[in-house]
Formats: sequence, C-alpha cells, structure tokens
Amino acid sequence: MRSAIDIIDFSTEEIEELLATALDIIADPDKYADACRRKKLATLFFEPSTRTRLSFEAAMYELGGNVISVSSAASSSASKGESVADTVKVVSNYADIIAMRHPKEGAALVAANNATIPVINAGDGGHCHPTQTMADLLTIRREKGAFEGLTIGLCGDLKFGRTVHSLINAMVRYDNVKFVLISPEELKLPSYVKKDVLQARKIPYVQTTSLEEVMPDLDVLYMTRVQQERFFNEEDYLRLRDTYILDTRKLEAAKKDMIIMHPLPRVNEISVAVDDDPRACYFKQTLNGKYMRMALILKLLKEAGTL
Amino acid sequence: MNIDSIENGLVIDHISAGQGMKLYNLLGLADLNVPVAIIQNVVSRKRGKKDIIKIDAHIDVDYDIIGFIDPEATVNFIKDGKLIKKCKFDMPEKLVNVIKCKNPRCITTTEQELPQVFELRDRAQGIYRCRYCEAKASNRES
Repeated sequence: MRSAIDIIDFSTEEIEELLATALDIIADPDKYADACRRKKLATLFFEPSTRTRLSFEAAMYELGGNVISVSSAASSSASKGESVADTVKVVSNYADIIAMRHPKEGAALVAANNATIPVINAGDGGHCHPTQTMADLLTIRREKGAFEGLTIGLCGDLKFGRTVHSLINAMVRYDNVKFVLISPEELKLPSYVKKDVLQARKIPYVQTTSLEEVMPDLDVLYMTRVQQERFFNEEDYLRLRDTYILDTRKLEAAKKDMIIMHPLPRVNEISVAVDDDPRACYFKQTLNGKYMRMALILKLLKEAGTL
Repeated sequence: MNIDSIENGLVIDHISAGQGMKLYNLLGLADLNVPVAIIQNVVSRKRGKKDIIKIDAHIDVDYDIIGFIDPEATVNFIKDGKLIKKCKFDMPEKLVNVIKCKNPRCITTTEQELPQVFELRDRAQGIYRCRYCEAKASNRES
C-alpha cells in the first residue's frame, strides 16, 4: 500500500505529477468537486495542529469527500495505551485514507506498515512533514515559474527545522540550485545533511551568520521559527529566538522579485509590516498546501485502487 | 596467560581491542550455559592489540552482530580440535533487534513491542540509522 511518509519517497517525476495536478485543480476546481465522492479521510492528530488538520479536511471536502476525525490524543484510545498499529488497523475499517500527526518520530512509518489504506504523514515529531514541503514546492513553482537556477536562502533554525531538511532534499534534484544557509552557530545545518545531501550531489552552498550580507543574492528567502520545544534551556531559546527578525528595512536590500516564505506559525521572526510587501508568500503557502494535499489524496487513492 | 584450546566450537579472533565485551553482551553469551572465555588486550601483529572470544560448544550465533561490531574480526569454526572453516562477516545492511534506539522522541521508546530496526547508511564510517526516526548509531557507540 502506497503511503506518504517522507518527501524523498517521491521521485522527481511524481513530484512533477503532483504539481501538475495541483495546478490543474487551481485552474478548474469544478472538475475535481466530486472526485472523492463517498470517500472518507480520517484525520488522526495526536498532537495539536489546527492549521494542518484544517488544510487536510478542507482538501477532502473540496474533492467531494467526507472527513472523520480524532482531534486530540486525549480523546482517542491512544490515551488508554492503544498502539499506533492497532489504532490504524481499526481506522482502516472506517476510512479510505488516513492523515496522521503524532509527536513521536517514526510513528507515521509504523502506521503505514500496519494500515490497509494509504497513510499521509502530517508530521511525526521533528522528523518529516512531506505535505509542508509539497506546499513549499508549489509556492516556488507558482511564484518563480521554475526551480532551476534559484538561489535559496534558508534562515533561522537549520538544525532542528525539519521543513528545511525536507526542502533541501526536494530541491537538490533540480539543476543549478544554490543554497545560502543563514543561522547562528548553535543552529547550523547538521553536518550529515551537508555531507549526505549537498556535498554528495556537489550542490553549491554558503554558510553565514549574517542575513543582511547575503540578502541581495537570494531568489527565495525561507524563514523558520526557533522552536521552544527543541530547547532544554529557556535562556538559550530566548537568546536565539531573536537572532533574525525580518523587517522592511532589511528587505530593502533584497531583489524586487525575491519571495519570502515561512512554514508558519511565526512568532516574531517576520515583522507584521512585511505582510503587506508583495514578496511575502507565507499565507499563499498555506493555500498551496491545500491544493497539494488534494493532489496527494487523489494520487494515493488512485494507486490504492479506491478511485 | 593460557587459555585452553577448544575442541568443538567457535573462536572469534582479531576483535578490535575494547569491542570484545560489547560483542559478548550483544551475542547474549552470558545467558548460555556453555564454557566461554573472553580475552582482552592480547598483543596482535596486525592490530597492535585485540580481543578474542572462545566458545567451547557449537551454538547458533547471529553473525550479523559480529559483522556489525567488527567486520575485521575472524570467526574460526573448530571441530574435534581442528580448524575447519575461517570467515569474516560484512557489516549487515540491516540490524533487527540488536541495538536500541536512544532517541527519546522515537516511536520505539513508547511502543516497545516494535522491532528495533537499524539500516546501514555509511559503510566506511560504520554508521547506521534507526528505520523509524533516523537517529544515528554506530558500532563504536552502541
């Protein structure tokens, strides 16, 4: 049974196919309005995430399907000690596809190994969140036209930020892509990502601590949040949280057609005044996320023979 | 120091010094009711120092564990006091229920009935990653 656990499980051709479907949905939503009629998506969210859950649910409704939901671990049998494996075996009898978020890394793989219907990983701890990356890719494609030749600045928490690692994994497949890695020393991109992904494919990259210095070079600026839950020490969190704050003054040095992205939610790393700048794309990313989730649900249900 | 030759069984030789006890534990030799000798820090022409394990019985051991701990170790099969076969074991592509994931955020920490699966990612460095969370493990740390 085909599931979606990690972005690297999808070939470049499959990513292109998903992007093409999403663009077709945007062009002609009516064509897809009944595509999943009488099909059910089960959203199993064992940790809070309003945004991602709503996006999946909206995606299924716009395909004409229905949604059944477990909205928190407290209201599910997981609180009684039921395993992920047992939960998805039961849910497989009620739904046609599962979108699952779980606080433990690897939970989505366990779900996929045990479900008899496709499982979409909607985030497993700090590990993978493939549909966020799909949203990022559609945003770049729609705003920049192509992936080839782009210089992508990744700024903030590059150590723990799973969206950053996934986006790098997805973008290295395209020609002439360059990365600029902007982070404080403590939150640098892990050496295994540099070695296994960037150096192994001879992808050019620059590491810096200064956002201002590299701003004029960037085609895409991907900001990330420094997440409190990744720190054991409040003092370190507070110090690093405020290292990079994107404001209108810093943006003056940026290209006129650079795009600003962020997986959201933001804390204070992008000043609210930036929202009015036409280069700000982070709210468009959430909309693009819904379209890519629609494309992914269609693809997985077709591969499962359900559609 | 003299350790008697064995009549029937296995001699795991040329184990990197310091790895012998780890191998002894992972192979579960303490749980077996057979004569076992572990010799540490023996002078070795090839490696400077080495560890040796002698098991005086024909038992089934998981050779993947030997390959994981030290692919340079040699296993000598002894029958009626004679060497009948000598082999080395490559680092296995996959380890199942040999080592445990130490990442406190890994699903295996809360669902302990799950098999512990590690996959080889870098043979030169001996680096394995957890199948579930991709946490790193190597034969030097486990």
